[in-house]
Amino acid sequence: VAGLTAHEALAAVFRAEHGRVLARLIGLLGDFDLAEEALADAYVAAARRWPEGGVPEYPASWLLTTARWRAIDRIRCARTHTAHLPALATEMRPSTDDDCPDDVALAAVGDDRLQLFFTCCHPALGRPVQVALTLRCLAGLSTAEVARLFLTSEATVSRRIVRAKRKIRETGIPFRVPNRDQLPGRLSAVLAVLYLMFTEGYVATRGPRLVRDELCEESIRLARALHELMPAEPEVTALLALLLLTDARRAARRTDAGELVPLAEQDRSRYDHRTITEGRYLLSRAVQAAPPGPYALQAAIAAAHADAPTAADTDWPRIVGLYRTLRVVAPSPMVELCHAIAVAEADGPQAGIVLLDVIAAGETIAVSHLIHATRADLLRRLGRTGEAVAAYESAIAAVANNAERDYLARRRDQLIDRDT
Amino acid sequence: MWMEAIIMEYAILIYRDESETDVDWAQREADYDAYFKQAAEAGILQNGPRLGSSETATTVRVRGGESLITDGPFIEAREQLAGIFLLNCKDLDVALDWAARCPGASHGVVEVRSVWPA
Repeated sequence: VAGLTAHEALAAVFRAEHGRVLARLIGLLGDFDLAEEALADAYVAAARRWPEGGVPEYPASWLLTTARWRAIDRIRCARTHTAHLPALATEMRPSTDDDCPDDVALAAVGDDRLQLFFTCCHPALGRPVQVALTLRCLAGLSTAEVARLFLTSEATVSRRIVRAKRKIRETGIPFRVPNRDQLPGRLSAVLAVLYLMFTEGYVATRGPRLVRDELCEESIRLARALHELMPAEPEVTALLALLLLTDARRAARRTDAGELVPLAEQDRSRYDHRTITEGRYLLSRAVQAAPPGPYALQAAIAAAHADAPTAADTDWPRIVGLYRTLRVVAPSPMVELCHAIAVAEADGPQAGIVLLDVIAAGETIAVSHLIHATRADLLRRLGRTGEAVAAYESAIAAVANNAERDYLARRRDQLIDRDT
Repeated sequence: MWMEAIIMEYAILIYRDESETDVDWAQREADYDAYFKQAAEAGILQNGPRLGSSETATTVRVRGGESLITDGPFIEAREQLAGIFLLNCKDLDVALDWAARCPGASHGVVEVRSVWPA
């Protein structure tokens, strides 16, 4: 914190500690909304006081203490109308005699976000709700980002989160780190959280940057911690393998100017080969326990890409086969789309377009820009330039990430230039 | 911690398959007695009624001032509501833990609901 201005310090604390402080507050208050509002109050107070009074030595503890008091103020205001106030006000006054109780409280939770993810993935909530809530409240994703990852609308995600918070409050779901024997039951949700967190980092939903490195790195750090915690769980090993094998290509996916480079044009010498080796090793361990789950299949696909010395050497028939299995094990519009792309590579663009038409007939709002972009690329290869340009236009209209949009515009312009 | 003293009320609903056969009723009775004794000793039990079988059920609906009475339970299902009782617990995890120990969770299904504060 030293050397930063008060506002920089606050931004740094927000990035590094927000999830931890919020989780602790939720644990204390038993109420998500109250905790979020109280913490927002604490940020406002910090923005006002830190520039003059100086940044506190333990900013996270300061925020937690302040937020607790703000929460009590809020409860008091609400309870004034219900006449229960006098008794509650004395009951709920936090102890002030010990020096830094909140620091101890934070240490008890541990700074391991992984524990908090397990805490948030309580089985009394439905699985999609567990994952959405964790991504939104603890992984720091916006509702729009969560909606894109779930291939659904923002309204649906908000509704799920509101309902989850209400159930937590009304049924008294405790926000407490689960026992070790409770972890396996919550594992699949936590795996989904890490996978989606990485996905959002790897291709940001919207905004100027293609890749949000901090999300990629944090999700891999957490996947490693999870692998250490549960080394014998094949899907944990497979998820870490998948993230590493995908992340190994991160540097080659964009130019120094931040422009997107498609898989076929990537400079494979820029792949991180040490990471690929580690990912391959983990994958081989994961698939010793048959049959491979969704993460192992995706890791195998990532490995097939990483293994090809050039794009032309890619073993597309093998990748088609892996997607075919994945379609059965974990069907989704995204898997369908990737399968179509692989088929186009293996059997030609026309075969891909046939599959795209089938996908486009289904409910695919969230992947629509990818469908248009894929169709544009296949039409281009078939020499159907006019249709290809139109498809690029549709893709550009639907995409929300700037780097992806620039890439699509470049491809469209190349087509127009070549044609005139 | 400063808010953990608040105790919540939970309703435990036992559903059982009324078509089950070969039940050792004496044993089941003893299981329930032991369970309720434990809960009472823990100071969390509020006794509830043990219900007659769904054959004794009569369903009533009033629509437009007309009372419509039909024979049988509201929901025709294999598992029928067999009993209800209330527990006072610190949070849902504690309530779920007690629900899992209820004999009904092993021979049927147990549902846990929060109860609106009076």
